[in-house]
Amino acid sequence: MEYKNPTNPPIAQPINWFAFASPSRFYQLSQKIILLCWILFLITATAGLILGLLFAPTDAVQGDSYRIIYIHVPAAWMSMILYLAMAFWASIGLIFNARLAYRFAISIAPTGALMTFIALWTGALWGKPTWGTWWVWDARLTSELILLFLYIGYLSLYYSIHDERKAAKASSLLAIVGAVNVPIIYFSVKWWNTLHQGATITVSKAPSIEQTMLIALLLMTAAFWLYAFAVIFTRVNQRSLIDESHTDWVQQILRGRGQA
Amino acid sequence: MIWSSFHEFILMHGYGGYVWGSFGLTALLMVLEFRQLRKINQSIFSENLPS
Repeated sequence: MEYKNPTNPPIAQPINWFAFASPSRFYQLSQKIILLCWILFLITATAGLILGLLFAPTDAVQGDSYRIIYIHVPAAWMSMILYLAMAFWASIGLIFNARLAYRFAISIAPTGALMTFIALWTGALWGKPTWGTWWVWDARLTSELILLFLYIGYLSLYYSIHDERKAAKASSLLAIVGAVNVPIIYFSVKWWNTLHQGATITVSKAPSIEQTMLIALLLMTAAFWLYAFAVIFTRVNQRSLIDESHTDWVQQILRGRGQA
Repeated sequence: MIWSSFHEFILMHGYGGYVWGSFGLTALLMVLEFRQLRKINQSIFSENLPS
């Protein structure tokens, strides 16, 4: 909206939050956020790596193999959080039939799968020196592996159905049902007697970890969050540009970039 | 700094393979995902839109 009449200047209006549900508005807002996320990602990741690899002391029990925690724990957290976010947007998509919500869900999935794979991979590399085995079929590891299969299943279902709407609906249903697995992963170390250790950091207790280690871990966690935001927002915007290539706002953006 | 030499840092007291295997693959996968997104971006803006 433009106010061309100088005698009638724009008055402060309450923010219409639903405006951001429109892909064009979301695109403009998120392009700025993406850049900010990448910058902050580089800062937090560099600081976290320097602190975690160069300054944090060697663990008394596990030796230097414990340094895998700086990737393993953030990746494992992200794998669960992203799944919940995906299931959330999938349900919003089903309830309101909102294309941007579906687009969010499908854009989260590849990064969620990546985080799950990283958690499993680093877990195996951590398990070998500490437990003496790459893999055990215990509750935590098995439920995390199921999470990877859920991500892959969701993506395969989405891309195997040609009708866009049907694909979004069917895969969203799968995503929502699969969300049951997330609390199972989280509480598996409490509910079952597993080889995997309990949570190092919980909301209720003071963390059982040294100060430098904790700061490094928090920095790496921030870095993983920022990475996920940057990548997912980028993917959402790319989908918007492709799916709505016929619309005026996309044409304007394409032309604008072409001149620059 | 807790390391006395670069060599010691790389070896990680015998855990080097596990630690660098974790950090290395994670970095590689992130770079690959980033590059894939950049490739899609370039194809979108090189006028011939896919689909």
